[in-house]
Amino acid sequence: MILSVASGKGGTGKTTVATALALSMGQDVQLLDCDVEEPNAHIFIRAEMDRSIRVCTPVPEIDKDKCDFCGKCQEVCAFNAIAVLKEDVLVFRELCHGCGSCSFLCPRGAIREVDKEIGCVEMGTLKIGARDTLRFVHGKLDVGQAMSPPLIRAVKEYQDNTSSVIIDVPPGTSCPAIEAMRGSDFCLLVTEPTPFGLYDLTLAVEALRKLGIPFGVIVNRSGLGDAEVEDYCRKESIPILMRIPFKREIAVAYSEGISIIEAMPEYRAEFRRLFEDIRTG
Amino acid sequence: MKQLVVISGKGGTGKTVLTASFAALAESSVVADCDVDAADLHLLLQPTVIEKHIFAAGKCARIDQTLCDQCGECVDRCRFDAISEDFVVDPISCEGCAFCHFVCPTGAIEMQERTSGEWFVSETRFGPMVHAQLGIAEENSGKLVSVVRQKAKEMAEAGKHDWVIVDGAPGIGCPVIASLSGADCALVVTEPTLSGLHDADRVIGVARHFNVPVKLLVNKYDLNIEMTAEIEGYCEMNNVPFIGRIAFDESVVKAMVEGKTIVEFSDGRAKEEVVNVWRELRASI
Repeated sequence: MILSVASGKGGTGKTTVATALALSMGQDVQLLDCDVEEPNAHIFIRAEMDRSIRVCTPVPEIDKDKCDFCGKCQEVCAFNAIAVLKEDVLVFRELCHGCGSCSFLCPRGAIREVDKEIGCVEMGTLKIGARDTLRFVHGKLDVGQAMSPPLIRAVKEYQDNTSSVIIDVPPGTSCPAIEAMRGSDFCLLVTEPTPFGLYDLTLAVEALRKLGIPFGVIVNRSGLGDAEVEDYCRKESIPILMRIPFKREIAVAYSEGISIIEAMPEYRAEFRRLFEDIRTG
Repeated sequence: MKQLVVISGKGGTGKTVLTASFAALAESSVVADCDVDAADLHLLLQPTVIEKHIFAAGKCARIDQTLCDQCGECVDRCRFDAISEDFVVDPISCEGCAFCHFVCPTGAIEMQERTSGEWFVSETRFGPMVHAQLGIAEENSGKLVSVVRQKAKEMAEAGKHDWVIVDGAPGIGCPVIASLSGADCALVVTEPTLSGLHDADRVIGVARHFNVPVKLLVNKYDLNIEMTAEIEGYCEMNNVPFIGRIAFDESVVKAMVEGKTIVEFSDGRAKEEVVNVWRELRASI
């Protein structure tokens, strides 16, 4: 079972839900934090991290002795990452998507691909309960790097489909969120009952329908705001699988990096039930 | 003319509520919503759209099945797993690089323009607004942000406005980087949580990497006073000007429900603090 936890809007409680699910699981579980721009799950998981791997993407390097400045590479690059001058070639590495066209199509074989570091994948483990293990993997994009999807793909390479997998998805509905969600068996959309929460939820619902992934909603900070999210879900026949009330003690625990299931142990059974309900359909 | 970009690293810290309030308080501004992925500012500013533009950036491969002889060259070359075994392109995976188009021996692959969003020039009760909506599951959000930023700047210059006020995106990736370009100040809005501090630290790194001066404010500071103090300490150690704190106030949500900014809605504590922050910003940028 691969369960992703997403939300259109940031700050609605994705990480709270993803980490609580992983920590309350009565079986071995793997948690992937794919919010590589701002990974936070480690704050709540406190796993012992024992491996760190640098992640690179390929970028072209021009051998100027072989290059005859024909301009082919500039012509084929769809991302304007190469400019060929009279006697020089400029590579704008931050624009490169690493597709490999230029090096393959160069008639002089003057382009080779070299690694550009974009971030790292780190992993570790945590004992949960008497005999179960939580395996934790997250990615951290280097500050100043623009493109997160290749790093998200790198995190997902460590996904172990033989166990239950929970994925913390970055906010939004564009490429990073899609990259993290795709391949999931089910997606939990965490929202809050406010106009912002509702609007961004409708975008996330559209994205999931486009991807064909079944989903349900968790309303966080329930009691705040208005009833529009509930009305929308009813109208669209979207199941609301859990409501987490707006409570100061939950917010305070979160602020200190304490999981909701530690602060309010009654939630452990709630999250376990939630996972079982989803797993058994 | 000064350009202020409001960012946060972490989502949900109150960027958009503050941006809208600053737009209400500034005497003469153009406001830009650069959170094109999950744009919410229009819910508070309720713009009347004057111009609507299609945003077409990037392309998508399409295979003409009548020309394709299924040699498999395209599948082998594509690094984004965008072409299935039966030679159909998945538009969500296609990066638009055109590698397949160049290597196809039968010329069966065409690159087609893709519409990846829309952008708008609008009028609000506080002045002009430029905003956008990226299509669902689309790419190139950084480019769309650049379009919005550029248009807002041009309008501010042409209309002799004092400010461009920008609502940035969460995270530290391409839309955030695009929204920071040319800014006079990046205001980092954070909350008194470990995650908030962690994320603020990373986005401050990004702003500094691109030589944009930063200031920080803590929103909902009274949810954890000790953590607020810790963030203030962090600011002092890292030479980040600490510009103020705003209390948690349920009237912020009530204002949002009514589609208003906090400064129009109540005379509560949060309003007073927002007004003070704006005064401080106006004086110091």
